[in-house]
Amino acid sequence: MSATHTILNLPDQSTAALPKKNYINAEDGILSWLLTGDHKRIAILYLISITFFFFIGGAFAGLIRLELLTPQPDLVASDTYNKLFSMHGIVMIFLFLVPSVPATLGNFLVPIMLGAKDLAFPKINLLSWYLYWIGGLFTLAALVLGGVDTGWTFTTPLSTHYLNTHVVTAATGVFIIGFSSIFTGLNFIVTVHRMRAPGMTWFRMPLFIWSNYAASILMVLGTPVLAITLVLVALERTIGIGVFDPNKGGDPLLFQHLFWFYSHPAVYIMILPGMGVISEVISTFSRKRVFGYTAVAFSSVAIALFGFFVWAHHMFIMGVSNYSALVFSLLTMLVAVPSAIKIFNWAFTLQKGSITFETPMLYAFGFMGLFTIGGMTGVFLGALGMDIHLTETYFIVAHFHFVMVGGMLMAFLAGIHFWWPKMTGRMYSESLSKLAAITTFIGFNLTFLPQFILGYLGMPRRYHSYPAEFQVLNVLSTAGATVLGVGYMLPLLYLAWSLKYGAIAGNNPWQATGLEWQIQSPPLTENFIETPIVDHEAYDYEWLAHKTEHEVTTVG
Amino acid sequence: MDNTIVATQSHEAEEHAHVALPQHRHHFETEQQQREAGTFGMWLFLLTEIMFFGGLFFAYLLYRNWYPAAFVGASNQLSIPLGAFNTAVLIGSGFFMAMGVWAAEVKKKGLLVLFLAVTTLLGLVFLGVKYVEYHEKWEKHHIPGEHFDVSEFINPQAYGLKEEPMSPDMAQKTQVFFSLYFAMTGMHALHMIIGICLLFWLTWRAHRGDFSSGYVAPIENFGLYWHFVDIVWIFLFPLLYLINRHPV
Repeated sequence: MSATHTILNLPDQSTAALPKKNYINAEDGILSWLLTGDHKRIAILYLISITFFFFIGGAFAGLIRLELLTPQPDLVASDTYNKLFSMHGIVMIFLFLVPSVPATLGNFLVPIMLGAKDLAFPKINLLSWYLYWIGGLFTLAALVLGGVDTGWTFTTPLSTHYLNTHVVTAATGVFIIGFSSIFTGLNFIVTVHRMRAPGMTWFRMPLFIWSNYAASILMVLGTPVLAITLVLVALERTIGIGVFDPNKGGDPLLFQHLFWFYSHPAVYIMILPGMGVISEVISTFSRKRVFGYTAVAFSSVAIALFGFFVWAHHMFIMGVSNYSALVFSLLTMLVAVPSAIKIFNWAFTLQKGSITFETPMLYAFGFMGLFTIGGMTGVFLGALGMDIHLTETYFIVAHFHFVMVGGMLMAFLAGIHFWWPKMTGRMYSESLSKLAAITTFIGFNLTFLPQFILGYLGMPRRYHSYPAEFQVLNVLSTAGATVLGVGYMLPLLYLAWSLKYGAIAGNNPWQATGLEWQIQSPPLTENFIETPIVDHEAYDYEWLAHKTEHEVTTVG
Repeated sequence: MDNTIVATQSHEAEEHAHVALPQHRHHFETEQQQREAGTFGMWLFLLTEIMFFGGLFFAYLLYRNWYPAAFVGASNQLSIPLGAFNTAVLIGSGFFMAMGVWAAEVKKKGLLVLFLAVTTLLGLVFLGVKYVEYHEKWEKHHIPGEHFDVSEFINPQAYGLKEEPMSPDMAQKTQVFFSLYFAMTGMHALHMIIGICLLFWLTWRAHRGDFSSGYVAPIENFGLYWHFVDIVWIFLFPLLYLINRHPV
């Protein structure tokens, strides 16, 4: 792990400088950012926005953990606690996790990785960012006006009949953010189909593209169903139509079907792009082509496909028939197969690779371990008998945080650390970033491992008081959350620092093979000086070595 | 071999077009790529629309199976002549939209403006009739909610029931029918309103001459949207107005 065991290759700092022309200094002034059509600038706008909402959502999480430090309710009142976890869920899922990798790294990288100048619809791309903010402002308005306490699921009839909080405002926010996500997905699909550079065949595309493509399919097909569901909830709440109201012949269970028809695939919208990041990182830092490229590519599509047929596993205790529960349980087990294909293929990529332990790789290792635990506990929960025992307990909370935070957030940070030199042209502090990766990993496990035990012992979720014998585990969890918070603050600080003081990164600090690494960092507005012609597969390190050699002889 | 030559030639033609047409966006290699991307994007958007209405159609399917008698009884309160008239109006509007696309393709500016205007007009007629229908529901207290009135619902003969007032329990279920009726036709009408706003904008642009030089992508893509809205109605009309109204 010493300096000799690194592939990090920075140019000579005494002579190196940022490229004179790049997308950051191409135009000046705040309006040149707010009205930009450049996918890279929109990615930066998104990155700033989702970071803002991440720390808001994180603040709610902090308050929740602080309240749970003691068995009795003392920090906040019961209904405030309900609002805290509802807002935590809404902000983190719709404003952070769903757009996290696609809207930042995806926006930045999808066109470059395909050899295109931009996404197919730059204006729609910008529109999606504005919709994100309009939706975000509605959500913030719901918060400032007094909050919403339905949980992030807007469950009927709680949301339509029993609560006197700002359900419609929050639902409007989520509805609008949904369209921002639809437009991102639509843009990606059209770009992948129509904008690939000459020679960039489907099976030469980096796996990051495949997984974002699969996630885009889910966004495009799933999100509209959430939209119409929220419209019906809002209509029911405001003018009293009866689609979900038993008094009028409606069925609340229909809401659950429609909601989870989106919200289960939404889990894959969140995790698939993260898996794409991991494929890139693992390959680069083990200097090997991703093992079983085709299998990994198709497993993304398979996850997207299966993801649409498992939604009722959220409803096993809600009165669905035994037969449908059986079928959905079986289908849920099936979706574990493509996920496992990915994990095993990454493991085989590592095998006999020349592994180095740069920061993105540390985060990627964190992802692999934590996602495996999160995925395996998902199989427990997909099993009918276990689910009856564990559902609505902290076991569920621990499970989806292992997938979403341990998996997705780790992948997001891996990606940010991996492509930061490309996005900004500068390198962050290696030792601090490694410290942050390790702190995050330790903090995460300390926070959420105790919650598996708590859930197994029967502590229900969404309550702010609990029997005194659960306190030790809860204190551990809160302590872990504090460490985790530090782990998340660190990157914010050293990444901001690197913007001005970081070492000049050069075109290809990691010696990676992707098209994005063959251009200057930060890239030009039009990405490529001339349209690249692709004559090699993704992750072809021999091609890279040959190319580098060739360059050296030309210059020398 | 011939294909290659043709392709090269058309490519050169596009290079030429690249200079000539200001609407060509810099990030597309060719005009054709831009046009294909636009059309593909529009189809994907329509796919999301199908999923959006799909949620409503799914709810309809479910409740129709649960409460067939209530659905038929409530459906009997709708006016087939008005619905049929509106169907004809919308098909006519779709026809003129298609003619509009043709007029744009053959670069006949006057005809394009005319056809777009007729399309808009027929769209407005549809909404006017819809208003009459909604108003009637309001007067009869058939809007779901507190003031919902069940007195007018009669057992449908189609299910072998005696033709007498519906039992209160079943009559309450007609609220689900009307909830879906208003949600589905309301969402459809909202799409019509958005479409008509876009039509005003496109008519203005056509009048200005934006589509007189062979640049027809906006007209074509809007045409796809307008036909989609038509097709939704083609499903709504039989589902809400026609099925099982008469004894078997």
